Amino acid sequence: MTLMAEMNQKALNLGIPLSVHLDLTYRCNEQCVHCYLDHDDHGEMTTDEIFGVLDQLAAAGVFFLSLSGGEVLLRRDFFSIVEHARKLLFNVKVKTNATMIREKEAARLRQLGVEQIQISVYSHRAQVHDAITKLPGSLDRTLRAIRFLKSQGLKVSISNVLMSGNFADQQGVIELAKELGVAYTLDPTITPKMDGDTSILGLRIANSELKQIFQNEELVGDVAEFCAPPPPPGEDVMNGFPCSAGHTSCYISPYGDVFPCVQFPLPSGNVRRQRFLEVWRHSPQLNDVRSIRARDLPTCSTCSHVGTCTRCPGLAYMEGNMRGPSTADCEKSFQRTGIPSANMLKKAWSGLAGPLIQIQGLANSAQIPSVSQEANQLTAEKSALRSNAEFLPISGANKQSGRIVEAL
Amino acid sequence: MAEKYIARSTEIAARMLGGEMMIMSAQDSTFFTLNEVATVIWQAADGCTPLSEIVRGKICQEFEVDAEQAQRGAERFVDELSQHGILLVSERPLIDSSDPEIS
Repeated sequence: MTLMAEMNQKALNLGIPLSVHLDLTYRCNEQCVHCYLDHDDHGEMTTDEIFGVLDQLAAAGVFFLSLSGGEVLLRRDFFSIVEHARKLLFNVKVKTNATMIREKEAARLRQLGVEQIQISVYSHRAQVHDAITKLPGSLDRTLRAIRFLKSQGLKVSISNVLMSGNFADQQGVIELAKELGVAYTLDPTITPKMDGDTSILGLRIANSELKQIFQNEELVGDVAEFCAPPPPPGEDVMNGFPCSAGHTSCYISPYGDVFPCVQFPLPSGNVRRQRFLEVWRHSPQLNDVRSIRARDLPTCSTCSHVGTCTRCPGLAYMEGNMRGPSTADCEKSFQRTGIPSANMLKKAWSGLAGPLIQIQGLANSAQIPSVSQEANQLTAEKSALRSNAEFLPISGANKQSGRIVEAL
Repeated sequence: MAEKYIARSTEIAARMLGGEMMIMSAQDSTFFTLNEVATVIWQAADGCTPLSEIVRGKICQEFEVDAEQAQRGAERFVDELSQHGILLVSERPLIDSSDPEIS
């Protein structure tokens, strides 16, 4: 166990929120096509309110502080906030599009001892990046800022959100990161908007593209190991919890709302009305999240991927049940290993169950109202099967087909 | 041996976690945890108090250890942290009186 993992375990045992993601604003000078935020200002916390929250977070034991947005530099008090955070000795990471960072801002971030700057870059080509951000010239400005930050000796990381519109440029961004001497991280997850609108999910990359990522040695290291079938889960896995959300980390919005995670919009309290520690320790919602163990997940506990899946409880929550599966993560597990998740199999079987009963009725043709209707039923049945087979491994799909043929 | 004055670098993140001090260097992201004794030395590193006084006044009193042994341990600890830039060491007092209390 690494030293960091040890401290994380210790924080977990003591109920300490080791890391907090604080969005300072939802306003943004970019209008990214995939963004889940409402960019209007509905009453952001004031500078003094944020200072007060930071004081409380330090007292609660928070060590890692991510300052994000929206675009953080749209807040005129941004550097005052960072300065206050650094006086409190947080490990500060800033997430930004960097379009407002020039020499002066880069020098200030260096002076304040910010640990890392994470910058969104969608493509190495301006026409693609700028089409996503809807801000002409944004890639040029962002790249110029990265060079300013690097010249100050700051650690910079490019965050590359992958969508169908920029997937083809992924290697270009990797090369760009190398050329700039910065780290590269990719994220193929597009989440629904905060108001539940799922329209932007159509921007997600195709499953075949997800598979390509998992087969890319440069990104995953040992492909065989990364894509290996999951080992049988032990007791430790079944008694484990899905992620750090609500356990050692949480998210605070610009309006003071507390959530288990930025991707987990379960309202759990508000630091304008309550002390942070009161929310952290006593929020029924956070305590509910904390109570969940892998064994408590009705579908996922029966899944062979339970110990290795990246299941996001926040995405599951947005699908309607925080104890349910996160379909996007089921897909990742499947594309990575070729083994369908329990959720996929369940859906496949439920898709088959209805028509199978109807097919049994076909033995007595007198009960069939008309031949054309029967034909329609069979056509619908076969279509459903093809649809299901798309996410079943070849052997599994054949087996399913075999059963249908036998039933017929 | 010349007296040593020690001060905490401003380029670190630090927090107490269950009696241990976590420290991360912003320069190279090296992560440390300090035990109880080391934490006392680190917290006393105000740039004005000589290391020998920290050892005598805090370590020997709080932990009932031999002064010579404590001084040797403290010297090693200070050398190691200074190599990673998270403690500043000087033979003269350093100006560092504005550091915050560490939660």
